[in-house]
Amino acid sequence: MFIVKMQSITKRFGDVIANDHVNFQLKKGEVHALLGENGAGKTTLMRILYGLYHPDSGVIKVKEQPVVIHSPKDAIQLGIGMVTQHFALVPPLTVAENVVLGYQNSFVLNQTQIEESVAEAARRFGIEINPRAIVRHLSVGQRQRVEILKALYRNAEVLILDEPTAVLIPQEVDALFETLEHLKQEGLSVIFISHKLHEVTQITDRVTVLRDGKVVGTVNTADVTQKELAAMMVGREAFGVSRPDTAASAQKPVLELVNLCANDDKHLPVLKNVSLTVYEGEILGIAGVGGNGQKELAETICGVRQPTAGKIMVEGQDVTGKSPSELTKAGLGRIPEDRHEGLVQQLTVTENIVLEHLDEFTRNGVLDHKAIRHYANELIQQFQIKAKPNDLTRTLSGGNMQKVLLARVLSRQPKVIIAPQPTRGLDISATDYVRQQLLEQRQRGAAILLISEDLDEILALSDRIAVIYEGEIVGTLPAAEATPERLGLLMSGAVKEH
Amino acid sequence: MEAKRFPYQLVKTNTPPLWMRPLIPALILLTTFLITAGLILTAQVNPFQAYYYFLISPLSSQVSFLELLVKAIPLMLTGVAVTFAFATGYYNIGAEGQLYAGAIAAAWLGIVLGGLPPFLAIPLMIIGGFMAGMAWALIPALLKVRLAVDEVVTTLLMNSIMAYIVSALLNGPWRDPISGWPQSPEIAESTMFFKLIPRSRLHFGFIVGLVAIAVLWYVMTQTSFGLKMRAVGLGKTAAQFAGINVGRTTLIAALISGGIAGIAGVSEVAGIQYHLIGDLSAHYGYTGVIIATLGGLNAIGVFVASLFFGLIDTGAQTVSRAMGVPVYLGEFTQAVMLLVALGMYLLQRYRIVRRV
Repeated sequence: MFIVKMQSITKRFGDVIANDHVNFQLKKGEVHALLGENGAGKTTLMRILYGLYHPDSGVIKVKEQPVVIHSPKDAIQLGIGMVTQHFALVPPLTVAENVVLGYQNSFVLNQTQIEESVAEAARRFGIEINPRAIVRHLSVGQRQRVEILKALYRNAEVLILDEPTAVLIPQEVDALFETLEHLKQEGLSVIFISHKLHEVTQITDRVTVLRDGKVVGTVNTADVTQKELAAMMVGREAFGVSRPDTAASAQKPVLELVNLCANDDKHLPVLKNVSLTVYEGEILGIAGVGGNGQKELAETICGVRQPTAGKIMVEGQDVTGKSPSELTKAGLGRIPEDRHEGLVQQLTVTENIVLEHLDEFTRNGVLDHKAIRHYANELIQQFQIKAKPNDLTRTLSGGNMQKVLLARVLSRQPKVIIAPQPTRGLDISATDYVRQQLLEQRQRGAAILLISEDLDEILALSDRIAVIYEGEIVGTLPAAEATPERLGLLMSGAVKEH
Repeated sequence: MEAKRFPYQLVKTNTPPLWMRPLIPALILLTTFLITAGLILTAQVNPFQAYYYFLISPLSSQVSFLELLVKAIPLMLTGVAVTFAFATGYYNIGAEGQLYAGAIAAAWLGIVLGGLPPFLAIPLMIIGGFMAGMAWALIPALLKVRLAVDEVVTTLLMNSIMAYIVSALLNGPWRDPISGWPQSPEIAESTMFFKLIPRSRLHFGFIVGLVAIAVLWYVMTQTSFGLKMRAVGLGKTAAQFAGINVGRTTLIAALISGGIAGIAGVSEVAGIQYHLIGDLSAHYGYTGVIIATLGGLNAIGVFVASLFFGLIDTGAQTVSRAMGVPVYLGEFTQAVMLLVALGMYLLQRYRIVRRV
């Protein structure tokens, strides 16, 4: 029996077709993966099912009954719950209060009674959580459990999880999968949105693969290999890049951070005595769960956040407190973390390419348009940017925006490259391209600091891996000794290795 | 449920189709006409005739055409002034006060420089007005750059302060000794802007305005400082990341803006009034904000917008004179047209789609 049937769902955003006649069927009691690259239409389809978007055409049936879902409220009434990456919890309230919030209709809130009923529900669904705990004190993994419990408490029979593992450390992922296994046995149906193949093959019964808004196929997980799934997802054999195992012989330090400290936007210490050395021709990966100071670390090295203490050295030269343009001149190649914020969206591709080196294209204050055009055309070709020189940057895809930034930085052959989250939100081919470029820069002898929340990326590219936890480097190890388990322990703050 | 929903919806598109562009001004006029025709009818005149006097008649005689250009002069200057600031993301609402700062300088220099020949006195007066406007713009600009104080509030409040300074000057030390009116003494003849066409009011300020438009175009499109200003205005974070000194760029843009607004004050004193008076400016500083916005923050747009405002200013007078309707009808039409125009520029980015 199919508990949910989505038939020929089409949804357009302007000229973009996010879902093109998509058919999707969910069996009762199965874990069903929606697999696809970023922008394939997975999240759009599920937002339609949860009533956040309205389809342009198509039919949704729940338990064989055609339904129209106007809002999440309708969806919840039909027994559909959704947990997104952005939790909707009130931090100062308890777990029990969060779970019943907006669901309890009685005017008087009986604290003991709701705690008991929430504890009962948690027991029934095998979710380990203390209903009296204040949400603010919980880890990300525990908060996610509260969100799941919230949906189940509202009698959800269908649970949609949107990339639930993106924010979790490996140990928390294992706990989540145990919970899902338990829910399946209770007869619940789970839709698991992901682009991580090993998770999909580990936990799901069936997989529906989306590509460019269309369904490529639905298969039994047991019948396919990861390679076959990857091929369905991208239409070719993945995985693009591999790091040549040539360890840098000369240990020449290029970038040195000495006891670097910095404050966040609320003037609270966020980097605590960070000391790192990146050598010539190596990639040092910084692993860590998001929000542990990665953003501030990149900003401080890039000169857009002032350190409160410590030193930054490039080839032995102290560059602490220098302006961004002085840093560029000192040989620091800076790729901004947020490519939308790092490019002036309303300027052209050409203008963004030369923005960092304007002095070179200026004679007596007047722009040398001819030289600029020539330079931009050259880089657009060299970095395979799919855009015309005078296109506004905001019209570009994420991958092409990133190529604009790479072109601007890498064409200068910088001694040091700071690459925070360089592939976040990119599709597989753009991701491969960016990683390939970083590896080529490594071969050239650049010292690369790669900051990433994607552990697979860190493991694939880095020569050495440092783990950041609450603004501190809690361990540095050679890539050969790094296992996901060992890194997971460091990332969770459970152990320190020095 | 489904049937009750309105069958059409607005969908945002990034680029309006090209054929829409020339249509938009026509649509603005048509919509404004439809909205205002009712009120014009209550004044018991024919709306078509009223619109003829409003928009066509000023263009048909040389006298009123030149008057249109005269009215456009301060608007070109304040429009350019505001554009420099807005393009850099600095929302200078203080062009009105900066204009008066320039006017005070002109009224003073116009007397002090009386002994110099015009080819020296006039440039010195323009420079003096530029510096006075710049000085008045400096305070809010520094507050913004150093302490992140919101410039919209400070520049606006500086206008009120300037209004009181002008009033204090005119009722105190500068009161005309002969007539006793609150106006400064007349400036020397050698410092008055010469007429471009004899027996008209069109004066040298029009050339100054055209130069300002040309300078705006040149700086914005041809210089690295122009690109820096646009980068800061369109994406502060990205500009800072790329190594542009955001504070310095903002400060300079704010000062250029104040300086050019100051020249507008010089032009009104030396070209039209020959005195400093309390209502020297008919809100030219504020209209400059509208002109910069409607002109899309580019030189040609600002030029066209200031001519258009010169036209409807002149037209409002023509229509009240010719048909005996109150002059407020003209002002009403101006206001409606402005709102319609702003609405149109917003709505051109949407298209109507039928729900399926």
